[in-house]
Amino acid sequence: MLTPEKKKEFEEQIRAYVGKPISPPTPARDEVNEPMIRQWCDAMGDELPIYLDSDAAAKSVHGGLVAPPAMLQAWTMEGFSMHEGYDVPRNEEHRLHKLMTDAGYTGVLGTDIEQEFHRYLRPGERVTVNTVIADISPEKATGVGTGYFITTRSTWTDEAGEEVGWLSFRVLKFIPKDPPKPASDGGAVQSKPSRIKPPRGQDNAWWWDEVANGKLPIQRCKSCGKLRHPPRPICDACGATGWDFIESTGRGTLHSFTIIRYPQFPGYEFPIIAALVDLEEGQRIVSNVVDCDPADVKIGMKLQSFIHEDEDGFKLPLFRPVA
Amino acid sequence: MNNEAAIAGIGQTKYSKNSGVSELALACEAVLGAIRDAGLEPSQVDGLTTFLMDSSDEVEVARALGLGDLTLLSRVAYGGGGAVGLIHQAAMAVATGAAKYVVAYRALNGRSGQRMGQGVSGDIITSDLIHWSWYMPYGMLTPASWVALAAQRYMHEYGATHEDFGEVAVQTRQHAINNPNAAFYQTPLTMEDYLGSKWVTEPLRLFDCCQETDGGCAILVTTPERAKDLKQPAAVIRGVSQASFDGQEQMTSFYREDMSWLPEMELAGKIVYEQSGLGPKDIDASILYDAFTPEVLMQLEAFGFCGKGEGKDFVKDGGLLRGGKLPNNTHGGLLSESYIHGVNNIAEGARLIRGTSYNQPEGVEHVLVSSGVGVPTGALILGKA
Repeated sequence: MLTPEKKKEFEEQIRAYVGKPISPPTPARDEVNEPMIRQWCDAMGDELPIYLDSDAAAKSVHGGLVAPPAMLQAWTMEGFSMHEGYDVPRNEEHRLHKLMTDAGYTGVLGTDIEQEFHRYLRPGERVTVNTVIADISPEKATGVGTGYFITTRSTWTDEAGEEVGWLSFRVLKFIPKDPPKPASDGGAVQSKPSRIKPPRGQDNAWWWDEVANGKLPIQRCKSCGKLRHPPRPICDACGATGWDFIESTGRGTLHSFTIIRYPQFPGYEFPIIAALVDLEEGQRIVSNVVDCDPADVKIGMKLQSFIHEDEDGFKLPLFRPVA
Repeated sequence: MNNEAAIAGIGQTKYSKNSGVSELALACEAVLGAIRDAGLEPSQVDGLTTFLMDSSDEVEVARALGLGDLTLLSRVAYGGGGAVGLIHQAAMAVATGAAKYVVAYRALNGRSGQRMGQGVSGDIITSDLIHWSWYMPYGMLTPASWVALAAQRYMHEYGATHEDFGEVAVQTRQHAINNPNAAFYQTPLTMEDYLGSKWVTEPLRLFDCCQETDGGCAILVTTPERAKDLKQPAAVIRGVSQASFDGQEQMTSFYREDMSWLPEMELAGKIVYEQSGLGPKDIDASILYDAFTPEVLMQLEAFGFCGKGEGKDFVKDGGLLRGGKLPNNTHGGLLSESYIHGVNNIAEGARLIRGTSYNQPEGVEHVLVSSGVGVPTGALILGKA
C-alpha cells in the first residue's frame, strides 16, 4: 500500500496524463475494403445486402457498397502487436497502464463503451484515428478491488479531416482483492462455502440441538408456562430460571418479509426470502421461505416449517408455502 | 436537563470513501477541530465520550492531542443509537461538575475499512453474539435486511409506497446539493433515478440506504455559562434523552405485537418535550436519523409531527425541504451527506441554531435531533442561548 505522500505523488503522475493524446494521429493501415467487410460480416453473422451485394447496394439509398458503421474501430486496430502487452510501452496509454501496474494496480477490466457513427464509410476511403486519455476517476472501491476508471476517447476522421465517428472506452485499473486461498493440503477438493453457523452458547445451543433432532422447539417457563422465543435464560413474566420446551407444529402465517438481493455473501443462494413468521403457538420466528417465487410472497400467507439439511450436515428450520 | 449544557464546538474531517489515514488520525482531527472551533486549548478538555464500537481509545486521543487530565471517560453502546447518547453523557457530566469541557467524537473508516453488515462471529460467546445467531444462518447479515422487515410491515399497515420512501431520498438529496462536504454535493436525484435504482433488499432500493463513509466528527459540550465566553454562539441543550422500550432488541425488535411504529423513539421524544416544555409545533427544523428512508416517515410519527401512518402524507409537496413544513436533514443527512453514525447529524443541529447551515431556513429557534432507529436511541432538542 502506498503511503499518503507516495499516493499523492502517484495521483499527480497519473493525473498528468489526462488530456494527452496517446500517440500522434494514426492512419489506418488499409483503405476501407470489400474483403475485410466480408470477413467482418461473416464473423458477426451480418447479412445486410448493402455491405455484401454490390447490385443490391447500388439500388439502395447508398447507391453502392458501404461498410458496417460498427467496423469503425476495426479499420485502425493495431493487429497482433496488441498481444505484446504493455510491458514495453509503445504509447502514452501503455505508459499510464505500466505506471499503475508498477504501483500495484495490476488488474485491468473493460467496463463500458459509448460510441457514435456520423456516416457510412465506402470502400476506398482511409480513416485516421486520434485517441486521447479523456478522464481518470477518483479512486473507487469496487467488487473486484480498488482502482481508477480510465476513459479514452477516440475520434476518426476522413481524408478531408471531417469527423466520421467517435468511441469512448472505459477500463478499471485496479488492485485485485486477495484471490481465494487454495486448499491447505493442496490435493483435497475445496469445500463449497456454506452459511454462517449460529455461534453456540449456554442459552441457545440446546435449541439448535433439538433442530438437529428434527424438531422446531419453543422454550417454555417451567413455573408459569409462558412461551418465549428467541430463548433466554430467565422468564420475563415470573423471573423463574427453570424451563423446558414444547415442539411447534410449524404451522404459521407470514408477518413480514424481505427479498435480500445484495450484497451476495458466499454460502447463500440469492435472492433470499427472509421471513418473519407468526407460529400458531403465538411466538414469532425469523426464517427463510423456500420453494416459492419471490413475486408470490404475500403478508398473511400460510406457511409450514420443515427441517432442512445443508450439504455440510448443518440443519435449520425453513418454511414453505402451504398449497 | 434543560439549559444546563450547551454545544460550543463542532469539528469534522473531510468525508470520503477512502481517507488513507487511520481511524485514530480521523478522531484526533475531528476532536481538535471541535476544540479550536470553541476557541479552547486542548489542555482545557477534561472529558471524552465516544461509541462503544469506536476503535480510537479515549486515552490514545488524549495522548495524541495533549489533552492532559481527564475526569470523564465514557462509551455508549448500540451503534448510531448512541449518537445522542454521547451528548446525554457529556451534558450530565458538565451539569454535575464531573467535567468542564467534554468532547464527544466518532471516527470511522466506514467504507475503506470495516464495513457494516459483514456478519458477526467470534470465539467469546456474548449475549450479543447469541442474539445475532438467530439471524446470521438465514442470510440476514445487513442492517438493510433487518430494517426491511419493519419497512415491509409498515407499508402493509399504512399503505405507504415506494414513491413515499422516494420522497425522503429525493428531498434529502436536494439539501446535499448545496453542502460542499456532502458525498452528493451538486449531484441531484430525481424520482426516476430513485425508482430506477437497484434493489438491495426489497422493499429497500439503493437510494433508500445511507452512505458508507470514512471520516470523523466531534462535538464539544460545556455549560451555557462557560459557553458565553467562547468563540461560537452556543446551541443550548433544552432536552436530551436515551430510550429503550419494552421488547427492545438491537435492530431486531421483531417480536412486538405491532412492529410498524418506533416506541423507543416516542419515549425519547416524550422525555425531551417534557424537559423543554416544548412540543412538536415548537420545532422549526429536525435532524431525523436517516440510515434508511422508511425510518424518517416512522420518526415523523413518533415525534408527533403527524399521526400514525401519516408520515407519507407529511412528506408530500416538499414537506421536508428547507421551505417545507419541517425542514429536515438540511445537510443531506446520512443518506446524502455522510454516515458518521449520526454525530454529523448533531453537528448540523448545532449549525442550524448558529444559523450557519448550507440550507439555513428562516427563524430557527428550536431543532430536534434523533439518533439511530431500531435500537436503544435518544433525542435532543437544541435552542438559542
